[in-house]
Amino acid sequence: MEGVTENLDLFWSGFLRSLGICLWGMVGSLVLGTVVASFRVSPIASLRWFGTAWVTVIRNCPLTVLLFFFAFGLPEIGINRSYYVFGVAALVVYTSAFVCEALRAGINAVPAGQAEAARAIGLTFGQSLGAIILPQAFRTSVPPLGSVIIAMFKNSAVVGAFGVGGDLFSVGKNLTGAQGYAALPVLTGVAIGYLCITIPAGLILAGIERKVEILR
Amino acid sequence: MSADTVLYDVPGPRARRRALIGTVLASLAILALLGVVAKRLNDQGQFSMELWGPLIDPSNESFEAVWRLLAKGLVATLVAAGLAIALSLVFGTVLGAVRLLTSPAARIPLVGFIELFRALPVVITIFFVWRVFVELNINVAPLPGVDGLWYLVIGLTLYNSVIIAEIIRAGVNSLPRGQAEAALAVGMTPGQSMRTVQLPQAFRTMLPALISQLVVVLKDTSLGAVLALYIELLRRGNIIALNLDNPIQTLFVVGLIFITINYGLSRLAVVVEHRLSRRGGGTTAIAAAEQVVPAT
Repeated sequence: MEGVTENLDLFWSGFLRSLGICLWGMVGSLVLGTVVASFRVSPIASLRWFGTAWVTVIRNCPLTVLLFFFAFGLPEIGINRSYYVFGVAALVVYTSAFVCEALRAGINAVPAGQAEAARAIGLTFGQSLGAIILPQAFRTSVPPLGSVIIAMFKNSAVVGAFGVGGDLFSVGKNLTGAQGYAALPVLTGVAIGYLCITIPAGLILAGIERKVEILR
Repeated sequence: MSADTVLYDVPGPRARRRALIGTVLASLAILALLGVVAKRLNDQGQFSMELWGPLIDPSNESFEAVWRLLAKGLVATLVAAGLAIALSLVFGTVLGAVRLLTSPAARIPLVGFIELFRALPVVITIFFVWRVFVELNINVAPLPGVDGLWYLVIGLTLYNSVIIAEIIRAGVNSLPRGQAEAALAVGMTPGQSMRTVQLPQAFRTMLPALISQLVVVLKDTSLGAVLALYIELLRRGNIIALNLDNPIQTLFVVGLIFITINYGLSRLAVVVEHRLSRRGGGTTAIAAAEQVVPAT
């Protein structure tokens, strides 16, 4: 057990670092995913095409390949950032495709009659989108968006494993590897750290789901 | 596309003109973006045959060796994914069926197991299996293949079998109650009913979700590269890139291989889903399965 008790401060800073990756990833992927989703439903064909290509390519590519590409490929063309920035960027790009699909599913789930009614009473495209469609679409998207975000929290461990340094995974790796602590207690500590992120996130999302659920 | 969206009407002449102008402008913007990227790549000499040659020019001296290594990596990836999905199917079905058949009290440890591995990042599970097996001297050497393969496969199996257990549970629960009731009424035990009546039907409706899970497993095998645990396609690619000093080109090819295979599998899942829903029934079960399967 000394692996955990002697290094509680390391675990705590690792936990905060991992939480940071999660939060940056969440904000970034929600913004980027919303942009791509708006491309995919837009009346402009080339934007739709771009959005579809983006989602198809990224959804079928492992996050690890994206990570390697960002971290080893981009420096080749003169873009040098820390592993932390590259890691979060890869996570944001990867998750954006899934966020986009969750939002699009929500928009498609709005019954056609809602939009038709909005047009029939003379609302413009912007008004019907802003006042009728999107509020319903967001509420329908909450459950799938929630599971996307939780999956992203778990994927943040991949970013850590990649060598960002200082996060929960790296702490566990260093303590069990270089410092020779017993693996079982240390890794149990790491696992508990991640459960402290994913389980409360799941509960919070379940609460939001109950609040915004639409009964059809 | 514009006909089946709820957002706008079938456009009239003015709207069509506006959309056309928008399409032209957006196309120009996308082309400009691609142009900037291409210029950047070109300025840094990333289009030179020196970097691409080993990958696309059969007369290049390294071409054959590079592709032989990539093929070896792909086989290693497929072996790991195949083993993981096969084992996950077996354990997942057993877990799911046992969870459905046992009393609520007996279910508690099972549910705990499922929820634990569902909530843990799979990369942690794999790392955990690896380090703890080594520490406790649990020997995987008698199994064929390198040790790293089995740590990876066992880690992936732990994660995916609980996912499959949940898929199976959703599938069985979405069957009409009459199925199990009829089986019990003709004198089957609950186990027999599960085995011969409910599970076969659940499997059929779960097929698209199970194929989608195969995509997830295939992507997750590349975690073996991040952990430096197992030499599969991505790690092979990375080794090649280090030797030839062409990470952009080699990783592009590796990514393309992954994307092609996974895209094929995703299409297959869609086709199977269409077939099943055309044969009637099962759409609610398919929807139920999609709720369980996590996005990534």
